Amino acid sequence: MAQWNPFEDVDALRREIDRAFEGFGSRHAPSERAAFLPGRGPRRYPLINLSEDKDRLYIEALTPGVDPQSLEVSMLQNRLTLAGEKSRIAGEVKPEAFHRSERASGKFVRSVELPVEVDETAIQAEYKNGLLLVTLPKAAKAKPKQITVNVA
Amino acid sequence: MAEKTVATSSQERSTPNREGTRSQERYVTPPVDIYENGDGLVVKADLPGVAKENLDVRVENNLLTIHGKPTHVAPGDSIHREYELVNFFRQFELNERVDRSKISADLKHGVLTLLLPKAEEAKPRKIDVRIN
Repeated sequence: MAQWNPFEDVDALRREIDRAFEGFGSRHAPSERAAFLPGRGPRRYPLINLSEDKDRLYIEALTPGVDPQSLEVSMLQNRLTLAGEKSRIAGEVKPEAFHRSERASGKFVRSVELPVEVDETAIQAEYKNGLLLVTLPKAAKAKPKQITVNVA
Repeated sequence: MAEKTVATSSQERSTPNREGTRSQERYVTPPVDIYENGDGLVVKADLPGVAKENLDVRVENNLLTIHGKPTHVAPGDSIHREYELVNFFRQFELNERVDRSKISADLKHGVLTLLLPKAEEAKPRKIDVRIN
């Protein structure tokens, strides 16, 4: 008589899920992934790098070929939103005229939750060589404050 | 137009190793669009972060080489990284029918546009067919 073992089923399911997600994550480590922009597919665009120093937060977004007129950087509460449009190739190019088409185009929007409070009035954005550089000064209360230790 | 390097067969392998004797630099292949217009071929390549003076485009022995070095260095300490700006490198073998003396290049907003005009003898010629 065969006995039903619920753990066996759960084990099988678990193995199946593991197989489906095999290698997920590991090869997506940021250090491994390079600046190559496959462009197509449901992924976050633009890719960003975030850095900070004592007074400021810096965001660098990979946005080659974006029409500067279409770039919009906005701030709502603690969310920074980057939006814009990567222009299509100027003029009509017939599909059969393409030898290769690897660059994506179209509208994009991405919101980033900022890790610290920033001074919204003093945010600066620059578009340079296809990189969108946003500099956000930290709010006074988010800056580290040195506390002197009194020796009794 | 054939590609010289074994490029993007799959996107996981987007980092072809360019062998050097000394440098340990990493390279990535920039994505390109290549299409024909009336006069020849247009090549567009995304090279974010590359300034004009750090871009090297050359044609040698029918080999078109695009080599760009992004120079932007993020200030401060990194707290979140999604990409790395490393050097761009890609090669294409050009057809005999490209007029190499008339190739022009333009770099704007991180996108390189190359115009490779067809040689005169390669342009299509209209031949009138007379019907008797």
